Amino acid sequence: MEIHQITIQAGIDKLGNTERLPDLLINKGEIYGIVGPTGSGKSQLIADIEQLAQGDTASKRRILINGAIPSRELRSDPRKKMVAQLSQNMNFFADMPVADFLKLHAKCRGKKNIDVKHVISIANTLTGEPINANDNLTILSGGQTRALMVADVAIISESPIVLIDEIENAGIKKHEALQLLSGEGKIILVVTHDPVLALSAQKRIIMKNGGMRNIIESTYREKQISLQLNDIDQYILTLREDVRAGKKIEEVNFDALLHESSFLKCL
Amino acid sequence: MKFIIVAGTPGAGKTAVLIHTLKILLQQNVKPSVVKIDCLYSDDPKRFAKLGVPVQLGLSMDMCPDHFSIYNTDAILEFAKEQNSEFLIMETAGLCHRCAPYTDNSLGICVIDATSGPNNPMKVGPFLSCADIVVITKGDMISQAEREIFRECILETNPNCSIIEANGLSGQGASELALQIKSTEKVVSENESLRHNAPFAVCTLCAGEKRVGAEHHRGLLRKMNGMQEYVGE
Repeated sequence: MEIHQITIQAGIDKLGNTERLPDLLINKGEIYGIVGPTGSGKSQLIADIEQLAQGDTASKRRILINGAIPSRELRSDPRKKMVAQLSQNMNFFADMPVADFLKLHAKCRGKKNIDVKHVISIANTLTGEPINANDNLTILSGGQTRALMVADVAIISESPIVLIDEIENAGIKKHEALQLLSGEGKIILVVTHDPVLALSAQKRIIMKNGGMRNIIESTYREKQISLQLNDIDQYILTLREDVRAGKKIEEVNFDALLHESSFLKCL
Repeated sequence: MKFIIVAGTPGAGKTAVLIHTLKILLQQNVKPSVVKIDCLYSDDPKRFAKLGVPVQLGLSMDMCPDHFSIYNTDAILEFAKEQNSEFLIMETAGLCHRCAPYTDNSLGICVIDATSGPNNPMKVGPFLSCADIVVITKGDMISQAEREIFRECILETNPNCSIIEANGLSGQGASELALQIKSTEKVVSENESLRHNAPFAVCTLCAGEKRVGAEHHRGLLRKMNGMQEYVGE
């Protein structure tokens, strides 16, 4: 089954008020940001999509696939699942080695040709200290856990709908992680507090008090700002890596940063 | 009478899920009675009573709560009859999880906590493997991958169960559980028997012996090497 569109049918906010928005249609290839203060219901919104909610979650939203109500198997059977989700969780509860966990998950998803070593090596491109196949899941650090979750979602859960919750957390390389999770022709929703990521999405859903309040389309100017912010962000991330590596920072190229800021001021 | 038996690990959210489910059943004009079996103490009857359902508490004290609920089944069903309830929902504490309190013609519901790890479904025994419905709680606290693995491990232990992913806080999953309770075709009979035998516990500990070690004990004892023997006259 090919997915070309999902529909989010409005539900209620935390006070029980109806979300006064028309059906939100998200098409194949579109990237949406989800923004709002903490506690505003961002994670609930993507949880609704992950479960393909049918009015049976706290928000009472309904999710349609290609305009139709999804079947029960599509909602629950991991072999048929169309949704990959990177949640905010920073730890694993399963008491088993990394390699066993990945094999077990591949089996659940019905993926036969998964190279566990490859998944781990991808995870290791995102984190500092490497993860080993024999490490127990529960001893991994927050960042290692997140990196492994990203690699698992990108490769083992590989799906046409991708939900990403605060990828900027836990100090992993967010740009690389986002690159891994995204792909041509997917439907992508990114919960974020990071302006660089939020402005780079084509549209963003504004959340408040548990409800969807507005949908904003990124303007041409916002896209330009996003590119500039991206450069500044990359520069800060380079500094972060230097600090992490125990280097002394002798000099910061403020000229480059100033150039970006003056560019921003002109806008 | 429809007899719904809810078992599960301590703290898994049996009561929280049940309260959401009862609210939905009440909205649909189903008027169940509730019996809660616990060991020493329980506040839950007050929480059930707030919903306006008839509720009875049974405390097993120094008896195994599953054994207690099993030999009190008649009294429990009688209570629901007196209330003119068509449905009796019994929530039991359960201790060693070697029992399954479900009878042949009851609807057996096992509530299990997803954060207990994927090895747990293999450990918990008959109250999971004999259940008709397995309700997984706290799935929002783990990653999607772990949720999927947990679900798979449950299906390996109990391939024919119906799985409901629920949330005791938000009430997610309760409408599905209410629907399955309401539509159950199982009707309790005069001569119910257990789906699975209770563990053997015919030993001096059952009679109150507190001293440890083999020399103080009689009865049917299993040794560390797995051999079982009868010690005594």
